[in-house]
Amino acid sequence: MSGINDFVIKFATVNGSGSASANGIFAKTLFRMGIPVSPKNIFPSNIQGLATWYEVRVSGKGYLARRDGIDLFVAMNPQSYAEDLKAVVPGGWLMYDSSLPRKWGRDDITIIPIPIAEMCAKKWSDPRQRQLFKNMVYVGALTALLDMDMGVIQGVVADQLKGKEKLVAANMTALELGREYAMANFECPLPIRVEKSEMAKGKILVTGNEAAGLSAVYAGATVLGWYPITPSTSVAEAFEKHARRLRTKGGKNMFSIVQAEDELAAIGIAIGGGWNGARAFTATSGPGISLMSEFLGLAYFAEVPVVLFNIQRGGPSTGMPTRTGQPDILSCDYASHGDTKHVLLFPSDPTECFALGAEAFDLAERLQTPVIVMSDLDIGMNDWICDPLAWDDAKVHDRGKVLTAEELVAFKDKKGAPWGRYLDIDGDGIPYRTLPGTHPTMGSFFTRGTSHDEYARYTEDGSIHARVITRIRRKFDVTAAKLVPKPEVTIRDPKGKIGLIYFGATRPGVLEGLDELAADGFKLNSLRLRAFPFTQEVKDFCAEHDKIFVVEQNRDGQMRSLLMVEAGVPGDKLVSALDYSGTPTTAKFVREAILSDLRPAKRQAAE
Amino acid sequence: MSYIAKPIAHHPALKKNELGLTHRDYEGSMSTLCAGCGHDSITAAIIEACFEMDLPAHRIAKISGIGCSSKAPTYFLGRSHGFNSVHGRMPSVTTGAAMANRDLVYIGVSGDGDTASIGLGQFCHAVRRKLNMTYIVMNNGCYGLTKGQFSATNDKNSPSKKGESNPFDAIDLCQLAIQLGAGFVGRSFSGDKHQLIPLIKAAIAYKGFAFLDVISPCVTFNNHDKSTKSYTYVREHNEAVGNDLDFVEHQQEITVDYEAGTSTAIKMHDGSQLVLHKIADGYDATDPDEAIHTIRKRAKAGEIATGLLYVNAEQQDLHDVLASDERALNTIAASELCPGSKALEAINARFR
Repeated sequence: MSGINDFVIKFATVNGSGSASANGIFAKTLFRMGIPVSPKNIFPSNIQGLATWYEVRVSGKGYLARRDGIDLFVAMNPQSYAEDLKAVVPGGWLMYDSSLPRKWGRDDITIIPIPIAEMCAKKWSDPRQRQLFKNMVYVGALTALLDMDMGVIQGVVADQLKGKEKLVAANMTALELGREYAMANFECPLPIRVEKSEMAKGKILVTGNEAAGLSAVYAGATVLGWYPITPSTSVAEAFEKHARRLRTKGGKNMFSIVQAEDELAAIGIAIGGGWNGARAFTATSGPGISLMSEFLGLAYFAEVPVVLFNIQRGGPSTGMPTRTGQPDILSCDYASHGDTKHVLLFPSDPTECFALGAEAFDLAERLQTPVIVMSDLDIGMNDWICDPLAWDDAKVHDRGKVLTAEELVAFKDKKGAPWGRYLDIDGDGIPYRTLPGTHPTMGSFFTRGTSHDEYARYTEDGSIHARVITRIRRKFDVTAAKLVPKPEVTIRDPKGKIGLIYFGATRPGVLEGLDELAADGFKLNSLRLRAFPFTQEVKDFCAEHDKIFVVEQNRDGQMRSLLMVEAGVPGDKLVSALDYSGTPTTAKFVREAILSDLRPAKRQAAE
Repeated sequence: MSYIAKPIAHHPALKKNELGLTHRDYEGSMSTLCAGCGHDSITAAIIEACFEMDLPAHRIAKISGIGCSSKAPTYFLGRSHGFNSVHGRMPSVTTGAAMANRDLVYIGVSGDGDTASIGLGQFCHAVRRKLNMTYIVMNNGCYGLTKGQFSATNDKNSPSKKGESNPFDAIDLCQLAIQLGAGFVGRSFSGDKHQLIPLIKAAIAYKGFAFLDVISPCVTFNNHDKSTKSYTYVREHNEAVGNDLDFVEHQQEITVDYEAGTSTAIKMHDGSQLVLHKIADGYDATDPDEAIHTIRKRAKAGEIATGLLYVNAEQQDLHDVLASDERALNTIAASELCPGSKALEAINARFR
């Protein structure tokens, strides 16, 4: 059994019952007490009525990965009672609404019965209030059971309901109701409880999608075309929310957002905006990537900058719209027919969604190509404790090679050759572009997805076609591979020959798992990928290790394939550790996957 | 040969417009469409309209989808940026471009396959968004580049060149545009320069979504005796509705005296005027119901209603709806767009 600032609590409620805000208040209170928490929403693709869960790991040591084994279950949904009961660890607790008493049939756990519905029925007459305040009553009971700071929770409630003072009072009444009942009927606090800490000091609690939307505001994006799809929708919503506050002057907007008719139009809008010199973007998830593929090929070949946030979810097809995953690596990397390749960035938490999101706009314009930010549902929609978002005011947006009218006129003298839209003057594979409306007689050209020569003229000459797409490949292999963010390499054993490669949301699970493995005597070096194309560091890391585990959340080991094909790493070196259950990866998964390979004899014995 | 440049030299006595440019300055590269293709006549009409309106070509963006029609923008306005996008998706690319820079003139060129089939959804939503653009469909009722299959605008009673009958009803893009709220809807014929040029001028001057469906015979696949999109058929069945249109630019004065009661002037956002000369009694181009009724009535009689079918001079465009900054968004400095570290500190505080 875990103890102070070290346990997992899970809430089971009914979707649409108003539990989300109460659960949020619970997590935020612990966070404000300085305790590292990692809340995970496990929700159905449904608006009202189905079972939904909220799981909070509390870790004084700062481990933020999901952890199996629930210490305290708040079971508020009879639909899922049977399933929920099984999840509680021996010695754990289960709180439920005992207005309808039941026998739970487990004597290795402690049941905490609270007649919540009855209490609410007595206190309030309005049916809606009776329903809503049930959530605050169980949170109130938790404040006593877990010894939460009442002053802190009051502040959280007040912030959440700013401007609705009456509601604050009513919510506090509900909290008190639950708290008093727990105090009077149970021994409070439980052995698992919380204590103020400094571990979360200086951090923020935010979702990746909010940070991604903000990154577009900071990057100076002005054009957004989007289409609603879980779990990406809140990227567009966050951009709109922050842009409305920060970029509106005298009722006029310094941004333009169109909710398009579908994903095809969404990326078409972004490409039109990028072509015309605005920073433009869209956000989507798996099915949207499939729909956007044709357009991505156009932007790639016509060399139009555009940024796409892919908030991945479980696939194939509609798959698991409300569960997480990393199943779009290959479909994004090679999105579209013909020879295409795209720059991918892999943030691992909201802070990085902000930093890499902003960087995506620079890279897209510098490289004149689509850049896809590969976030996922776990990062995007869950609150993460992370470092504050940071912006360097000295930083200048890199708008890439865009010629002004004056530069266009001086081009031939300066560069020694007349301007051609697709002419590689600098040897980096990146030509100079012009925007519509630049000069009355110079710089116009025809953008097209059909084959073209260096002067943007239509061609069916195979040798010219080959020359142009070879140059685009060089832009990718040579230039992009130098410009993209470098991986995060951690050497735990300088002489060690076993490594681990991972990326994105698996970071907390991997880091905790590697700590556990180190305690077991296995010190693995690790590399967290932050971008594709692979930089030299990735190739070096692979060359320096004999066996490399690749942790990813998809069935087919897509990143492993990519490492083989694009970094030339021999396949027999790369061992997949694949977690595609749709839930965030745990340390236990990482540890067991590695141990089962490193200790095969022991595994066989156990079998 | 896949690209044919035109010689730049021209006769010194060529007429110049207010910008000192000749007609030739508005041309593009040599057309690679079939000799006699209706699209080339529409190209010529666009060139003429832009020349006469003294438009600086570099302030025009021409955007298209895929198909014969969508190749056409290469053949006009060589000084304009062009974007030959993907099949049926010109409207979304134009939407994004217009969002980025509200100061350019947007001419979208599409075909009947591009607009009425693969791009029907995008077309509908561009209309709905009231995108400030001129949307021209070069409508020949067939797929030329893939050798003459029926398109969705081909009339049911109009068989293919090989004599196969067309089993499906045609989509009437003008009716659709009016129903979806387009502010300016006209139909014309590639062979009627007199009608087409003023329509193009008025459409370009119109602030909002201006749609022109231009019947443009395909000389190779759909110009036979039984086709309702052949030169002969359209000439014989072209019924200009109600009005004959004069487009009068805002800086010009109306110098011609029109006989009282025979003309109506509609003032547009930019101050230019549409002068409609009655050629038959009773057609009101500001009434969408009458427009749809007339199109249907004429179609029933086997005729094609052409001319300015509908106009709403009061309509808002997308930028009005979105309350966009008056400046082109792509000209706003980063210092105004990026809120800076101090604002970010305040945002971080809300996440604490």
